[in-house]
Amino acid sequence: MTDIFEVLSPGAYTTVQDLGRFGWQRFGVPPSGMLDDFAGSIANMLVGNPNTAALLELTVSGPALKVLAPATIALTGADMSFSINAAPVSGWRTVPVKAGDTVSVGTAKSGCRGYLAVSQGIDVPLVMDSRSCYVGAAIGGFKGRPLQAGDCLRRCPGAIDHPARRVPEALVPAYPAEITLRAIPGPQDDFFDHGLDVFFNAWFTVSPQADRMGCRLQGPVISQIAAMPQSIISEPSLPGGVQIPQDGQPIILLCEQTVGGYTKIATVISSDIWRVAQALPGDRIRFERIGMDAAHAVFRSQASLLERIRHEMNLPEAEQRSRRDGPNPVAIDWNAPDVLDKLIHWLYQT
Amino acid sequence: MEAVAVNRQCFDQPKFRLAGDRGLLVEFGDAITPEINQTVRAMTFALETAAVPGVREVIPTYRSVVIVYDPLTTAPSRLEPRILSLFGGLARIEAPPPKESVIPVCYGGEYGPDIAFVAAHNRIGIDDVIRLHAEPRYPIYMLGFSPGFPFLGGLSEKLHTPRLTSPRTRVPAGSVGIANNQTGIYPIASPGGWQLIGRSPVRLFDLERPNPFLLSAGDTLRFEPITPDEYRRCAGGGQDD
Repeated sequence: MTDIFEVLSPGAYTTVQDLGRFGWQRFGVPPSGMLDDFAGSIANMLVGNPNTAALLELTVSGPALKVLAPATIALTGADMSFSINAAPVSGWRTVPVKAGDTVSVGTAKSGCRGYLAVSQGIDVPLVMDSRSCYVGAAIGGFKGRPLQAGDCLRRCPGAIDHPARRVPEALVPAYPAEITLRAIPGPQDDFFDHGLDVFFNAWFTVSPQADRMGCRLQGPVISQIAAMPQSIISEPSLPGGVQIPQDGQPIILLCEQTVGGYTKIATVISSDIWRVAQALPGDRIRFERIGMDAAHAVFRSQASLLERIRHEMNLPEAEQRSRRDGPNPVAIDWNAPDVLDKLIHWLYQT
Repeated sequence: MEAVAVNRQCFDQPKFRLAGDRGLLVEFGDAITPEINQTVRAMTFALETAAVPGVREVIPTYRSVVIVYDPLTTAPSRLEPRILSLFGGLARIEAPPPKESVIPVCYGGEYGPDIAFVAAHNRIGIDDVIRLHAEPRYPIYMLGFSPGFPFLGGLSEKLHTPRLTSPRTRVPAGSVGIANNQTGIYPIASPGGWQLIGRSPVRLFDLERPNPFLLSAGDTLRFEPITPDEYRRCAGGGQDD
């Protein structure tokens, strides 16, 4: 174990997260974990970590950290100003740091959550097989709470001699202010008739009440069929479930919720949860209906895209440079429904 | 099959609902009854024993189970026939008998500041509140809301009391409360609006134990009144309050 960072200022809400805590929801423990697991996984890949490594999830504004030992770090996710000793550096690539350096992450220009990974991963105790922080019950992460000034973080032991890596610019996701989320109707879609049409056609605005438990939206009222009960017998909540409380304003449930008694009109597919993670208050969201087979095809595409990015990362820097010098890849619309297929196509054709 | 079929509160066939691209909800009835929950319990046990490929997590609830699966391995179209076949064989499955936990509670006084309100609201004495609350064997229908928080059935109608008009910002761990027709125990200190009638020195959630959770969905629970002296002896100053 090596002391790696002293927290000079913590940022708005910075927690230690890994992929999550699974298998304990039946005991009332939600999964937690990095909300944008796509950007978070890439941050870990950049610094050569296994995908189970823990990193820092930054929300809206990032921390200032004093580096206590040499390391390789990488910042992905939201576009936040990023500097070492006040000299700007880029995200989505490895950055070597040495003892005495100051790492500063500023406010997000687009997107909401940044992911700061350090080689070997942040070392905090495993709680129920995960390092993810669940602030609601003060478990996991750094002492079960967001970082505070003066905290001293450690990294896991191991060598830190990683090659320089970067994510090709075309693969860096954009975080636009208008997003489309693909959703499967249910589990309680039979409680709605006209409400389903409203849900799948209207634009909704992300309200300021958006956190890791859920993202509240504002828009046209979604009403249930009058004859159906207003609530259901409490049942587990899964990330992506869109609950409709009595006021008819949807809430996208996220990773720190275990049970709920409101009807859920639809469920955002797991491959699109990261888009919710990156939505800021005021951003606009619409929902697009998707079938199970298509949703599972997207899931497989996303899994294989990550595998292919991992493959890309392992290429030596020289080869990546020759790729970047090649023909300019097509501009990528991250909200296009077939974006993942296009990316895979691009990776193999370029 | 008989054990299930004779209970007319259960659906004849489980009802499937889609909970996104990695969750399948299976409902066995649409009421809160020990019989329906027994089916939930048997199905949970059956699913765990069968070790169905691709099933990552089984979450039992009041009247349903949620199956969290790996979409790279399976899909509802493959899980549903498997669940129907398990359902058909539930009568032949011998789930282990429910475990009963006895939770000692020091009622009233500093540990149960709302017990007089609960008594007055129901026009009974404080002794009646304690007797009626400690009498039943409560089924644990599910855990949730906070780690290890039990959703219990079977609270006496004579104890139903509305929530506090304004929730407390901090309810100590171990507090036993009533909210409308529900009773429960706070496993960890948290904000809460339930009427507090007592406190238990037993930790429902303790990360120092190999299994941090004292209770499981499908088991049962009884409350046993203890004196303040006994409370202090049991708590030994270790209770987080």
